Amino acid sequence: MQANQGGVDPVDWTGAIYSTLQDWQVAQVAYVPDAGHSELIIRCDRDENMRLVPLTTEEEGIALLAGAWLGGQRGVLLMQSSGVGNCINMLSLARVCRFPLLTLVTMRGQWGEFNPWQVPMGQLTPKVLADADSLVFSVDDPAAMGQTVAGAARMAFEGPAQAAVLIGQAVIGAKSFGR
Amino acid sequence: MGDTMDEKLNNTLDRDRAVDYALRRREVVAQLLADRGDTLVVAGLGAPVWDCTAVEDHPLNFPLWGAMGGAAAMGLGLAMAQPDRRVLVITGDGEMLMGLGALTTIGAQQPDNLAIVVCDNERYGETGMQLTHTAGGLDLPAMALAAGFATAAGIRSDNEFKAALPAIREGRNAAGPGFWSIKIRAENNAIGVMPPKDGVTLKDRFRAALLG
Repeated sequence: MQANQGGVDPVDWTGAIYSTLQDWQVAQVAYVPDAGHSELIIRCDRDENMRLVPLTTEEEGIALLAGAWLGGQRGVLLMQSSGVGNCINMLSLARVCRFPLLTLVTMRGQWGEFNPWQVPMGQLTPKVLADADSLVFSVDDPAAMGQTVAGAARMAFEGPAQAAVLIGQAVIGAKSFGR
Repeated sequence: MGDTMDEKLNNTLDRDRAVDYALRRREVVAQLLADRGDTLVVAGLGAPVWDCTAVEDHPLNFPLWGAMGGAAAMGLGLAMAQPDRRVLVITGDGEMLMGLGALTTIGAQQPDNLAIVVCDNERYGETGMQLTHTAGGLDLPAMALAAGFATAAGIRSDNEFKAALPAIREGRNAAGPGFWSIKIRAENNAIGVMPPKDGVTLKDRFRAALLG
């Protein structure tokens, strides 16, 4: 299934993610924005139990959410695939201390990409995350989003572990800037 | 080549002045952590970790053995999760410089229980005392103020330090986050007592002490 190709999204996959974050009482939502996360960010912002924390760079979010866990709160980190490259050294904090880290990555440069500058990190993202000891789950079917994110969240928070969900361009729609 | 580099550095960075700074890092950190009560502490990698541990290997310290540039952001996450506790980040100038963006993220969140203290010896102390940008004209407190900190000040003398201590240590009624850059003497201290290196141990004991 390819969502958004006709401007209509048949599956509320953003809602499925949001429900999982509610289920786990996620309190801190850290992000560097991506178009694919924009609806989720709006939903979280309307939730009085979630605090949005816009970051200047994605690695801040890893340290931030480690601090949140030390203080007894769960969090989630939202970014696009290019941001994964900014995180590598800071991921050692999650790995060495076994902090839970639930990361939702919207993919660029993975499928149907028009911008070649997005391709290097898009192609490297699953490899780099796996090398950094993260569990990696890919979603290319919007209907599978709910169960995938719920499973990743369980492994992140109950492991504890690093768990990344890669949200494919087949889900969010390959960006074309109208061309 | 080496001489040329030295000359260029000397044009903008001062390699001599910090050697004569009055405040000493071990005494400063000892006063910051004296009678700390239920304060939560994040120590940035390098000498601040040794300084904090020299006072006490306290379970409510989170000493970072790595993750350079992450101390302030970690303090923010902790401060938001524990809004009724004082959260004190004690770090160095090199570590802070690697994560300057976190100052703006903190400024955007305005946690009134968070204090960032930079022990600024104008050096990368763990790697051979190379000069950092603060050995030049860089004004970290001005950057913190511009980022939205409610309080930010540079401290150079014992009198200034004593005057600032209540605000650094308490700060519950502060209007927002606080930032202090304490200019300390550039000197090599013996490391002394090290905290546990195992990250899981550090995390588990912190959470057990805080959350039960």
